[in-house]
Amino acid sequence: MAELNSKIPKGQLAEKWNNYKAHTNLVNPANKRRLEVIVVGTGLAGASAAASLAELGFKVKNYCYQDSPRRAHSIAAQGGINAAKNYQNDGDSVYRLFYDTIKGGDYRSREANVYRLAEVSNSIIDQCVAQGVPFAREYGGLLDNRSFGGAQVSRTFYARGQTGQQLLLGAYSALSRQVKKGNVELFTRHEMLDVVLVEGRARGIIVRDMISGAIERHAAHAVVLATGGYGNVFFLSTNAMGSNATAVWKAYKRGAFFGNPSFTQIHPTCIPVHGDFQSKLTLMSESLRNDGRIWVPKNKEDAEKIRHGKLQPTQLAEEDRDYYLERRYPAFGNLVPRDVASRAAKERCDAGYGVGETGLAVYLDFSDSINRLGKNVIEARYGNLFQMYEKIVDENPYKTPMMIYPAVHYTMGGLWVDYELMTTVPGLFAIGEANFSDHGANRLGASALMQGLADGYFVLPYTIQNYLSDQIRVPNFSPDLPEFLRTETEAKARLQKLMDVKGNQTVDSFHKRLGHFMWEYVGMGRNAEGLKKAITEIAKLREEFWKDVKIPGELNEINPELEKAGRVADFLELGELMARDALDRKESCGGHFREEYQTPEGEALRDDQNLMFVSAWEFTGENKEPIMNKEPLDYEFVEVKQRNYK
Amino acid sequence: MNLTLKIWRQKNATSKGKFVTYKVNDISPNSSFLEMMDILNESIVLKGEDPVAFDHDCREGICGACSMYINGRPHGPDKAITTCQLHMRRFKDGETIVIEPWRARPFPVLKDLIVDRTSFDKIIQAGGYISVNTGGIPDANAIPIPKVDSDLSMDAASCIGCGACVAACKNASAMLFVSAKVSQFALLPQGKIEAAERVHNMVAEMDRLGFGNCTNTGACEAECPKEISISNIARLNREFLCSKIGAPKVKEETGGF
Repeated sequence: MAELNSKIPKGQLAEKWNNYKAHTNLVNPANKRRLEVIVVGTGLAGASAAASLAELGFKVKNYCYQDSPRRAHSIAAQGGINAAKNYQNDGDSVYRLFYDTIKGGDYRSREANVYRLAEVSNSIIDQCVAQGVPFAREYGGLLDNRSFGGAQVSRTFYARGQTGQQLLLGAYSALSRQVKKGNVELFTRHEMLDVVLVEGRARGIIVRDMISGAIERHAAHAVVLATGGYGNVFFLSTNAMGSNATAVWKAYKRGAFFGNPSFTQIHPTCIPVHGDFQSKLTLMSESLRNDGRIWVPKNKEDAEKIRHGKLQPTQLAEEDRDYYLERRYPAFGNLVPRDVASRAAKERCDAGYGVGETGLAVYLDFSDSINRLGKNVIEARYGNLFQMYEKIVDENPYKTPMMIYPAVHYTMGGLWVDYELMTTVPGLFAIGEANFSDHGANRLGASALMQGLADGYFVLPYTIQNYLSDQIRVPNFSPDLPEFLRTETEAKARLQKLMDVKGNQTVDSFHKRLGHFMWEYVGMGRNAEGLKKAITEIAKLREEFWKDVKIPGELNEINPELEKAGRVADFLELGELMARDALDRKESCGGHFREEYQTPEGEALRDDQNLMFVSAWEFTGENKEPIMNKEPLDYEFVEVKQRNYK
Repeated sequence: MNLTLKIWRQKNATSKGKFVTYKVNDISPNSSFLEMMDILNESIVLKGEDPVAFDHDCREGICGACSMYINGRPHGPDKAITTCQLHMRRFKDGETIVIEPWRARPFPVLKDLIVDRTSFDKIIQAGGYISVNTGGIPDANAIPIPKVDSDLSMDAASCIGCGACVAACKNASAMLFVSAKVSQFALLPQGKIEAAERVHNMVAEMDRLGFGNCTNTGACEAECPKEISISNIARLNREFLCSKIGAPKVKEETGGF
């Protein structure tokens, strides 16, 4: 088993990051100009990192599979971004944001990382405002905040229901400025196929130009992966259609450990599935839980009538409704963390109280708030979300309560990184959702944007210098080195192998079947039997895929089916690792709920004695069992207890 | 629903395209337009032919990737939505639907319904930013901004860069797109410092890339999925004029500022 060094600085919690910054090695301006950094991905983490590194003077190459960096899926985040500004005078502080995040993550994240995240959160808001991000404001001209799940303060900054869009466009504008200056070279419609190691260090990547189909070799002194999460392993998720795990998966196979792969976030408020032709799920922002009340009918008979269209939800008397979150969790009510809200919805639906045609939906009702505040206030707060809902479901949520159901949304797991955000491969960094770092077993709402931008603007630009400082004598790499040629040949061979299968089933049909296994056995409720079944079924499906997948077209042209096939091939391997990790973790924590381990009230039951660690999986070869390494989590400053939102 | 689709097929940027007719059957009215396209593509792939290539990603109306010209209108018949938000219940059983890519010289077709919109990125690179580096920033509440200005700025900032405005315009003008970014910053105190350089450089880049002139037909506003107001174009014109009159400091090739 490998020794994992998390490189957490010594000292008091509040001093660790300052100490680190004070003592880390830096690269002088003249040397920065000679050092090249590859950043893959242009979302919040990737764009902010590429821009910030270029501003410092490094030569940056930035890649995305979309036609423009502005389309990375961070753009779809709706609700907001947390920061410990305490502008509302409601008792917030860096410590409280840190504490809420650690607790929300169910004590499965690193104290030092999370504290640093809370510390830099305030700078993010300053930075974004300076870039011209139009956050919501009060009439006095100062910034407005709203509350989010898992917190008792209002610390969430927002730009209507389009916060992710505005933050990403801020980072994109900073990136565009550096492109113009010639400090960033941009490669759009380029997909990373593999990472290249030279003498054990990450020195470049292999990419496919998605227009010409050409396979290219790109070299640099360090490689940063900001390629997002792997929620699309479930086929249906709130991720973009193109979101994929190929970059992180290839990194894993080249020696980077994969941290907590089973930790997946199922978001409680999504528009329910309505048909098997469905291609993706749409999120309704968590911010809606500020003013919406979640309920199902109190009686099964009423639920049944509603499902058959014989009863309208608005006809149901107040005393016949079960506001189950308010009932079970009076202290946090509708604003419990996501994992808790999702499981509670599943519990009610499984027990036969669900609504909608399928019975897999609960109500999110705004009638109280509309009566209290007026329709115009609700419209100002959530207008675009209500419009989006109406477009998809064809019902007016101002009149009939919204129907929602949990859906896969975010992956807390990702490449294992140390405090410097470096993976176990020297010179290979992972930032944003692509790493496992800050959210433990469950992420709080409005914290993904915070982490992506923290990593890109304020953490990586410091920590990568500590690595690059001893690289200043290393000349620029030639992409013609044998290591590059060899990796390129392997990438080409794999694509050719996919094309040569010439089977009978489409890529999507495999992806849907994989998604079904994942949702059924590695989804919201997991048990040993189901997970074992998932492992064997996924292995069989993978075998079938490589025998029978059908990909039309050619290698050297725009070929969306080929792109999808490469991604699904990786999902078919990653899905198995997720199931293994979930099987191994014999406890329930955060988004990982093992049915065998729960309290009599149905709450998650952790095993802190034995399982307070990060699982870091090590690839050992094709068709060989991976090794699980453990990074123990020490809670030096926080008292670990069972989460209580009652 | 059963539908007839007439779709623009073009192998690559250099080849000549043509319309090809397809039939799709048993489409649920609740499926989205792109899900209908998925079903079509699935059937094409099973026949061993090349499926219709189109841009799409988030499928929730915010990334700006999807870009279909449906029955003569960018993003189809509904107001204020993108193609991915369009649902089949909007069409009639038995209807014939014509699907084309964006048609504009600065957006060359790459394949089928996919066009190259990197010209939009180039316009932003020419000046669509406030020149601040990371770090060393004063507190976010140091400069109060009137809510009304901030809200107007947000209205303009909602642009998703899809290019429907250009596709809708008979001149292939990018004025709505450029004006949205110019307005977002012109309305904020942070953006005023470089306002003159910004508008000058962005307009110059827009012209250089071959986008047409604005003749105030308003087609862009009518088709914009985010309902960006044409009043932003008026603001752009004003900013542009002021940059010529009031601020002679505009440097030509600044290489970013």
